Order: sequence, then structure tokens, then C-alpha cells
Amino acid sequence: MTVRVQAEDFDPGREIEAVTASNTAIGGVASFIGLVRDMQDGTGVGAMTLEHYPGMTEKMLAEIEAEANRRWPLQSSLIVHRYGRLEPGDRIVLVVTASAHRQAALEACHFLIDWLKTKAPFWKLEETAGGEGRWVEARATDDAAADRWKAPRRKDAAE
Amino acid sequence: MKVLYFAWLRQHTGISEEQVSPPASVRTVADLVDWLRGRGPGYAEALQDLSSIRVAVNQEFATLDAAVTEGDEVALFPPMTGG
Repeated sequence: MTVRVQAEDFDPGREIEAVTASNTAIGGVASFIGLVRDMQDGTGVGAMTLEHYPGMTEKMLAEIEAEANRRWPLQSSLIVHRYGRLEPGDRIVLVVTASAHRQAALEACHFLIDWLKTKAPFWKLEETAGGEGRWVEARATDDAAADRWKAPRRKDAAE
Repeated sequence: MKVLYFAWLRQHTGISEEQVSPPASVRTVADLVDWLRGRGPGYAEALQDLSSIRVAVNQEFATLDAAVTEGDEVALFPPMTGG
């Protein structure tokens, strides 16, 4: 279980390799990579600045990751989230989950990105193509996506 | 007590964090927010709409009726938009 909050970019291939290295009990690895889109609600996005709450961010990500490990039999997991100024096409977040079987890995990965969006203290400030700043508003659809995972699942249900 | 502001709340208050010594009558987050509003027009604007504000006390999510006391770290911010 690892959580990293950093300004620097990451190499998804290398990160996934590190998650699975020397653990031959792993039979399936799932990953999610979030990127900066060039369009938001019909407006062009020139860049985006991610602000976070140092200390609490790491703590919340670790709590969310621990919850995934309680719900699914994971062999290993990783969350990397960037902050600072990012441009369209840049990577924002990486979630990697590894388990003996695909179902636990896929479900845990989906759970982590859904929960992270509504429970980790990050805020996005978008710059429109004209250079104007606009705070991204939380979406009801993100809350709904997170709520889907509200009922705890039993570990043995993921076999 | 340490108070932190994030995102547009920070832009309105003009500072990201400060040490405050509210009066003894401030017992909950709601009391604190009410008291902070009196610190200036930027604060009043930042803290105008409670429905768009989320709170953490000592880096744990909390509600407006949560107790706050000397030495606590209280953070005020809009709903989160990470990922």
C-alpha cells in the first residue's frame, strides 16, 4: 500500500512494474490514469492548477486505500496524485491495484478513483483559453459515483 | 486555534492560514464561522453560503456542529474536485 502526492509527473509503466515486482501471487493488475482534458462544460481549458491540503491529503488517500484493502483481497496498491499547474494531456492521477484475480483488482481500482474524487482534499482551478481562472465545481455525478460504493462488500465476495 | 482556507475561500480571505483566538462563546465550527465573518468583507464573502463549505477539524472531516477548541486546526474549503 503506497500513497504519493507530488508535483512531478510519473511513468505509469514503471509504477505498475514496481507494484507487481517480485510478487508472484498477483494474477491481475488494474490501473486508472486521469488526464487533464482540453474541454470542460463546453469551454476550452488552457491549463489547470491543483491545490491540496498537505498532510490531510496523504492521510485521506491512505484511509481510502486502507478501505479498499478491507473490502478486497489486494496484494498491492498504489495511488499517485499530482498537484500544481498542469496542461491538457498531462497526467493528474494514477491508481494501481493488484490481486490474485481480476475482479478484486478491477473493482478496487474503480472504487479508489470514485472515492478519491469526493474524499481527498484537492481543488482544481482551471484557466480558460483566454487565461481566466475558474474553480471547478463538484459534480453531483461524482457524488453519485462515490455513493455506489457505500455499502461495504465482503472480501470473500471478490473471488 | 489555526484556521486554514483553501481554493476560492482562500482567494476571498486573502490568506491561506492564520492563528486566531476566538472568544469563549465560540464552541462549534458554526460559531467559529460566524465569528470569522466579522473579520472583514472578504471573510463575509468567503463564508456567506454555508451549503458550499466543507470543514475539517484536525484533518478529519467534520460538520458545522463539531466542537472546536484552543489548539485545534480547522480547515474551511469548497467541495473537493480531485482525481
